[in-house]
Formats: sequence, C-alpha cells, structure tokens
Amino acid sequence: MDLELSDDQIALRDGIASMLAARIPIERVRAGFDRAMFDELAQAGVFSLRADGFSWADCVVVFEQLGRFCVPGPLVPSVLLGDGRIAGFAFVQDIAGKPAWIEHLDVLDVLLVPGVSPRAVDPREVEAESSTWPLDPCTPVARVTSLPAGEPFEFDSETWRGFPVLVSALQLGLADRLTELAVQYAKERVQFDRPIGGFQAIKHILADMLTRTEVARAAVYSAGAALDDDPAISASGRTTLGAKIVAGAAAIANGKAATQVFGGMGFTWEVDVHLYLKRAWVLETHWSTGDDCADMLCGVAGSPG
Amino acid sequence: VELRYSEADEAFRAELHAWLESALAALPPQPPRDAWVERRKWDTDWQRRLFDAGYAGLHWPKEYGGRGASPTEQLIFYEETARARAPYVGVNFVGTLHAGPTLIEEGTEQQKADHLPKILRGDEVWCQGFSEPGAGSDLASLRTRAERDGDDYILNGQKIWCSFGQIADVGEFLVRTDPEAPKNRGISWLILPMDLPGIEVRPLKTVLGSSEFAEVFLTDVRVPVVNRVGDENDGWRVTNVTLKYERGTAFVSELVDSIRLAEELIPFAREHDLDVELGRCIAEFDALWALTKRNVSQSARGTTGPGAMVMKLAYSEARQRFGELCLKALGRDALHVDDNELVEERLRTLALTIAAGASQIQRNIIGERVLGLPREPR
Repeated sequence: MDLELSDDQIALRDGIASMLAARIPIERVRAGFDRAMFDELAQAGVFSLRADGFSWADCVVVFEQLGRFCVPGPLVPSVLLGDGRIAGFAFVQDIAGKPAWIEHLDVLDVLLVPGVSPRAVDPREVEAESSTWPLDPCTPVARVTSLPAGEPFEFDSETWRGFPVLVSALQLGLADRLTELAVQYAKERVQFDRPIGGFQAIKHILADMLTRTEVARAAVYSAGAALDDDPAISASGRTTLGAKIVAGAAAIANGKAATQVFGGMGFTWEVDVHLYLKRAWVLETHWSTGDDCADMLCGVAGSPG
Repeated sequence: VELRYSEADEAFRAELHAWLESALAALPPQPPRDAWVERRKWDTDWQRRLFDAGYAGLHWPKEYGGRGASPTEQLIFYEETARARAPYVGVNFVGTLHAGPTLIEEGTEQQKADHLPKILRGDEVWCQGFSEPGAGSDLASLRTRAERDGDDYILNGQKIWCSFGQIADVGEFLVRTDPEAPKNRGISWLILPMDLPGIEVRPLKTVLGSSEFAEVFLTDVRVPVVNRVGDENDGWRVTNVTLKYERGTAFVSELVDSIRLAEELIPFAREHDLDVELGRCIAEFDALWALTKRNVSQSARGTTGPGAMVMKLAYSEARQRFGELCLKALGRDALHVDDNELVEERLRTLALTIAAGASQIQRNIIGERVLGLPREPR
C-alpha cells in the first residue's frame, strides 16, 4: 500500500509541467485551443498515454498538470479515443426538445454521442449556433438543436470508465494552482501596512484552500489507482464518484476563494483567476455533476458488497 | 501509487483479525459512562489483553517492550480494531500515546523503568495537566508555578481539561519554573503522582452531561525534582517530542466509525431527500480515508507532506457537517440522546474543532508552516 507518487511518476509530473510552462503559458491559454496546441500536446505524448501503456494513475498525474496550467480543449475524450483525432463529447444522449451545448465544435474531428445507441458524428454535419459569449472564454460552445445520425460507435467500457477520474484530475490541478496564485498574491499585496496574508481573515481562507486541495489530491490519486487495481470498477464506482465530487467542489470553492483574496483585481479580466474558476464551472458539468455523483454515491455505498 | 497491501501486511491483518474475534467474544459489557472505577478496570483489562497478545505499545520501540510496528501496521491495527468495534484506547490514552513516548525519548533510565512497563500492562493510568483556565490556545502562557525548594518543587496553580483526572495514578504536568524567561522558555515537564497531598480533583461536566474531564487544583504540592523529565525550563520542547510518534494514524478509528455511521444513515437520508448532502459527506470521509493512507505512506518513507497538517482540520469540520446532517435527517427523533448514537455523537463531536488545537489555530499553523505566510504575534 503506497498512495504516494513513485519516482517515475514524479519524473512524469515534472516533465509534463516543464513542457507546459515552456509551451503553453497562460497567454496561449487565453488564445484558446486549436490544432497546433493539440499537435504539440500529442507530440508530448498526452493523447497516446493509454496506448503507450501508461497506467490510470500515471494519466492522473499528467491530467493534474494540464489542469494546473488551465490547458483548454476536449482533452479527456481525445485521450480516451486515442487515435489521433480531436474528439468531442456531447454529454447528452439525445436532443429531445431541449437544445444542447457542444464544446469546441469548430476544431473537432469527431463528436461522440453517448446513449442507448452511441454514435460518432461528423462535426461538419452538425448545425449549430456558436455562442458569442461563452462562460469560459477558453471553452467555446455552440448551441445544437439536432444531431445527425452519424455512425454507430462502441464505447469500450474499460477505457471510458476513466472519464470522470481524468476530469477530477483536471479539477484537482485547478484547485492546486488557484491556491498557489492566491498565496503568492497575499504575500505581495500590502494593505494597512502589512501583507494581507498576515491577517487571519485572509490566512484562514488560504489554509482552507490548501486543505481542500490536499484532501482532493488523496481522493483523485486513490481513484486512479483503483482503476488500475480493479478492472471491474465502473465509471460509477465509489472511489470514482468520490473523486469527482471532492475535486469538483475543491476547484469551485478555491476559485471563489481566490477571487475574494485578489479583491477588486480578482474581478478583472486581466487577472487569471477567473479563467480557472470558469473552467471549474465547465468541468463540474462534465460526465455527471457533483450533486448527481453524490446522489449515485448514496446508492453505491448503501448496497451491500 | 499502489493500493494493495504487502503479503506481510496482510498476514499481520489476518492474525490480528483472528485474535480480535476470540478476544472480543470474551469481553464483558461496557460499564456505564460515568462509572469511573469500572470504566478504568474495563479499559485497563483490555490493555492487559493487548499486552499479553503482543499488541500493546504497537508503535513503541521493541527495546521498551513495544512492537516497533511500521506505520502501515499501525494503520491496519487501528482500522481492524475499529471495524471490530473493539474497545478504544480509553483511559490508556495519555499513557500509551503521549506520556510513554515522551519518557522513551526524554526520560531517565529510572523514569523509564518506573513507568513504561506499567503503562504497557495497563497497571498505571496517566492524565494530562497542560491546559489552564488562562492558557488554552495560548498554552505557553500557562501560570501554574513550580518553585524550587531543595530537592523538591512546590506547585501552586490550576489545571483544566485533565482527561481521566479522577482515576489517574500519575499525571504529565507542565509548570512554570522561570517566570522571568520568555513564556515558552520557562516551562518544565513533571511526572506528578496524583495521590500527593495538596492535589484536589474536581470532575468537569461537559455538554454530554458526563465528566470525562477534570479540573485539578494544586496547593503547595511538594514533588521531587527527580520527577522532572528533561532539563529545567526545557519542557516546551519535551512536550513536542511525542509528535515524532505520530504516523498519520490519529484519526483512523474516528474515520472508520464515521463511514459506518454515514452508511447507516442512508435509508433515513433517502426518506428526507438528503441523498445529495449525505453522498457529499461520504465522499469527504472516503477522501479523508485516502488521505490517511497517503499520510501513512509518506510516514513509511520517512517523509511528511502538507496532508499531515490538514488532516485534523479537514476531519473535524467534515465530521461536524455530517453531525448536522444527522440531526436534519432525524428531525424530532433527535430530541432524545439515550440509545441514540447519532445524537450523542453530534454532541461529542462539538469538541473536535476545539480540542487539541482549535480549527482557527490549525489554520494559523497551516498558513504559516505550509504556506509560508507572515506569523501571528506570539
């Protein structure tokens, strides 16, 4: 039993972090996801992790860093499809009267639609109306009122059960980076002749941010390892649901907390905090929301065995 | 990252599991909460059983009669005993987990020989005399005075929150030996036999209506200087050596219980449409269980990370949120405490965010030691 990263995983973490620091700084994040970014990430091996034999626990390490650097794009479906295409995920089974919002539609090679008859849709055939003001400026969304029939697509359950765990790893990365940003600012920003981080009113917010992050980290690492350990764990297994719930809550709460610590500057477009918070809100809707996961968790924890 | 336990660890678990089954079958019923003499006997009898089976002083070095267990074995021990609903450490808490380790690190050979074997066998019960009415979060401001008189100290002052004070044989007491020095440099650590003349113990009734704690009044209590552990005025450092024995397992029993209670609440939560809130509580407890394993993993590697610092704050706050949810789910069935574990627990857990470092102090510590923020005035 060892829930600490191995030396190889630490090297993997540091390697991807230095690549992201050099190639995808926050200025590039702000410019949004495009094929060039996909190609660079692919070259670094991000989208072939599973095919290259990396464990789920390894993938978690990499996706935590992608979250820390606020890297935009349909990262999780693309790595799970793993065939070199930019893959989007519809998050709705069928559009019955209620329009759906599809992310990154313009850059997708394929749009995967889950459901009773899952299918792969050619994004060029999708009629959509792009939002002029997406919540997360790095996650463009388009409103779709109908989806073409497309081709039948089989979701390999062994692979796709990793979806919520990788989302939770991104959320963990957001929570971690938000803590770092807020702490840094609280040490520099002086009011009433003192760095504001010296006031308990601020210090305690920051301590809570770290606490949420560390608790989420344990849950997410554990969920990744659980997938490796037991092929029978599904996308609605207890450790998976727990990770999605806790990491999602940490990312959003830390986004709100960081905004508060940054004060007026936290409400500006210029300061990066809002990008992380908005991404946290986007990811909360991925797969199942934290509340839906919590509801399911009650069912899983309540059944014997 | 590896979830599986080693074969050696699984063997330790299996052996312990088998022993617990037979030992618990022979266990007499637990005495009522305030029957202190009977409770002492019940707890110390269990300690004796642990001793005879080789599980006493699990984390103590072998040379002092302990088992020298690895951090992972300690985790397994606390997990299995809690799952089996075995007696908690009870009145043996201060002796086995605090005073004993302190003596191992700082005591003289005579002090070790006098006390360590007795603690392990359950023959000696310890209490703690640290907090005072005027020294809570600011413990170092304590004022109980110890004045030197030849080979003795003469003690005057008042202590509070002495767990098991009314039935303890010995106490670990922090006293002020130099009132002129900066406040954490004038403190000494004493072994105080609780039957000395001038010691008065008054039970303190808590919100549970029970009296696990006591106030201790010291009036001209004469205690030999040889009862001091460590150098004079070095007691603040001596107090902290026991932290070396903390392996991230402090909340294992609490967490095992919390998860059990949360699972038991599921049907009630369903009835009151509280599934989402309860699911979030369970997710938090599960995450804290993972954090415990992560902290133990780091301990086993001889390292420590921020996870160890956040555990107490995260657990105590999560447990109180769960306690509120319990009351919500129970509705007016929460209006009685007798035979109502969830309500009793709600009362008991009010102390979690206060005792052993209030949440506000925990946040200061995290802010300063982990995040490197400016220090509070001291």
